[in-house]
Amino acid sequence: MWPEASRVRVFMPFPGLEVPHLCSQCMDYPCVASCPVDALSVDPTYGAVIVDREKCTSCGDCIRACPGTVPFLHPGDNKATICDLCGGEPKCVEVCTEAGYNALTIVNEGPNINRKLYSRNPVDTARDLAVKFFGEKGLEVIE
Amino acid sequence: MTPGGYADKWLDVDLSKGRVEEFSFPHETLEQYFGGRGIATKILWDRVGERWDSLDGHAPDNPLIFATGPMTGIYPGARICVSGKSPVSNGVVGSTAATETAVELRTAGYDGIVFTGKSDKPVYFLVTDDGGEIRDAGHLWGLDCEETLIKLNKEVTAELSKRKPNVGLWKEPATMYIGPAGENLVRNAAVCTKVCHAAGYGGYGSVMGSKNLKAVAAKGRGSLPEVDAPEAAYLLWRKAHEGCMGFTTFRRWGTGYLGYSVGADTSSEPIRNWQEEWHDEKSMGVPNYMDRFWVKSKWADFNCTTNCMKVSCVKAGKWKGDITDMPDYELQAYCGTNLGIFDAGDNVHISTLMDKLGHSGINAPNTMGYAAELYQRGILTEEDIGFKLEWGDTEAFDRLAHMMAYREGIGDVLAEGTYRAALKIAEMKGLKPEETLRYAVQVKGIEVGAHGTRSDKDYTHDMCYAASVQGGDHTSTVTDGYSDMSEAVFFDSAVFCMFTARGPSQELIFDFAKAITGFPITIESWRRETGPRIVTLQKALLLMGGPDVTWEPVEDDDNPPRFYEPLPSGPYKGQTTDRELVDMRIQAYFETLGWDERGIPTRETLDGLGLSDVDPLMERFRQ
Repeated sequence: MWPEASRVRVFMPFPGLEVPHLCSQCMDYPCVASCPVDALSVDPTYGAVIVDREKCTSCGDCIRACPGTVPFLHPGDNKATICDLCGGEPKCVEVCTEAGYNALTIVNEGPNINRKLYSRNPVDTARDLAVKFFGEKGLEVIE
Repeated sequence: MTPGGYADKWLDVDLSKGRVEEFSFPHETLEQYFGGRGIATKILWDRVGERWDSLDGHAPDNPLIFATGPMTGIYPGARICVSGKSPVSNGVVGSTAATETAVELRTAGYDGIVFTGKSDKPVYFLVTDDGGEIRDAGHLWGLDCEETLIKLNKEVTAELSKRKPNVGLWKEPATMYIGPAGENLVRNAAVCTKVCHAAGYGGYGSVMGSKNLKAVAAKGRGSLPEVDAPEAAYLLWRKAHEGCMGFTTFRRWGTGYLGYSVGADTSSEPIRNWQEEWHDEKSMGVPNYMDRFWVKSKWADFNCTTNCMKVSCVKAGKWKGDITDMPDYELQAYCGTNLGIFDAGDNVHISTLMDKLGHSGINAPNTMGYAAELYQRGILTEEDIGFKLEWGDTEAFDRLAHMMAYREGIGDVLAEGTYRAALKIAEMKGLKPEETLRYAVQVKGIEVGAHGTRSDKDYTHDMCYAASVQGGDHTSTVTDGYSDMSEAVFFDSAVFCMFTARGPSQELIFDFAKAITGFPITIESWRRETGPRIVTLQKALLLMGGPDVTWEPVEDDDNPPRFYEPLPSGPYKGQTTDRELVDMRIQAYFETLGWDERGIPTRETLDGLGLSDVDPLMERFRQ
């Protein structure tokens, strides 16, 4: 088990405020556009960003280009790591369903500009959640 | 070859010298003591040994141990075991807390940390993939737990981002810390984590305070240790989760449904310092908490599908801004009914206060309830306390909790924990010790968890606290000295949560242990050898005790006097703990473990468990 190698990382800037952080497949793919060595491409069927680990130089441009700073360098090989939707059969959805939470489902949708809005810094998302959970106190729990 | 499930590396931190080193255990020791409570007891024996009875729990020499086990993070429900010589029992307590600190430590490449010495100024300890480092905590000292967590999260995240800016966003570290109670050496103070979680029993928060150690923070980017048989482990992991998912009661309500039913149904809930154990107050019912305060109805630690936790928040009124969990049953009882508080909001407040001050939410309110009973009986007066301490007066208990944490006025006496406070108050008032101890609900100095024995309808029966090497600890009660060894002793040594052991079968859990480590582990081997080895060593150290208090064999292997008073109310009115049964079952327990009739481990037993070097120290206890 390797939590920091998972393409779905869960941040928790304050207890109770867990924020899953993963690629939301922006329509304009700024990460793909930013890559100086063409290591990033878009899967034509599922729209996921695919990283060519041979080509990746670990420069970090994709991380900086992402509106949510989602990609990260794998702690093992130091290459850019982005959710690839497990080739169309996401494991996260599988276990969530198995666990009986049914919080995750697979949706098939066309390109949508709104997807980009979900690519956010997890601390910002947690700050919003904090207000939803804790009211005014929520403004204090994440500095 | 390193056995599976172990990072096989520990951090050895001398806070006096500011030195950080690494060490490993012989693999044979890992097999014999496993991890967590087991390995901690072994460390304590090796490092303190025959000096045990002269070592004060708050002395720099006392090793403070944070130990994971080979199953931590891999088996559902990650926890860490905090241990050392307990300043409360003067023995060893394996005190576990649910926290990602255990996982971060292991992903950084370490199975545990041993702290010795005392820093000359407040510090915190940071563990990363690059090792451990002692860092200044002058700016954190004096802060409450919530403030400490918020500041530490931000500070460490910023520091790690600065050190390695190119790898992407740094996830926050996991942290364990103390509040004012630990800093001011409140004897039974907790080591706290995740706002409302704690390693409560044992008083290790005060041991951290005695070392000027405010917090431990960890962030690892590596993987959890490799397991011995990955395919089997993966299958067992899925099976274990399946078992946890079937435990729907906790998933729906946590233990928060027990605040009503342990009183109304099993009649074993502490009420007004255990003067009663029955109530039918619907105000303590779980819907009052759920509808008024829960902002998150499923909350879990790393790799846990049981989800027994919920998050509560008070959004309006005088306790606005309070954040805690359900509260769980123990704190519903101790921060509620035991203080005569039967209002969910007031209960959430006292629970939150315990979390913020760094008190143990079971132990400190046990002492507060004890003080309130002394006030009720006129032994402690308004003049002694400074105000009226009436049952159900939340403001008064709030005030008392602060006085204890900061050791002000009578709080300084109560900060010694229920047992020692009873002795001090007897001295203050010119009473015989038994006149104040009769209301003290503790075993071996450890305030008893919120499950009584008198109705005999709870999981706690006759001698389950009386015979335990961890005294009043409700997570480590005993039944027969045989099956116990594959329960709490195992969970605390493999280090995972006792609640994720509900659902999966015991066979599955032990198969999993074997698949992870590759050791030839079975339930039987734990019941006959590994468990008894750990508990017998704990018993030997508990017998030695000291320096301020020692426990008499037989005489102190007993329940609190209150547990022999007849229940005054409820469906089991008149019923009480059967003393003859207690004595008989303790004898059977000793016999099962190979201890003599006074509970002293025999030479034969010690030799058989590979503990021959302990034998000379047991000689003086034998008659």
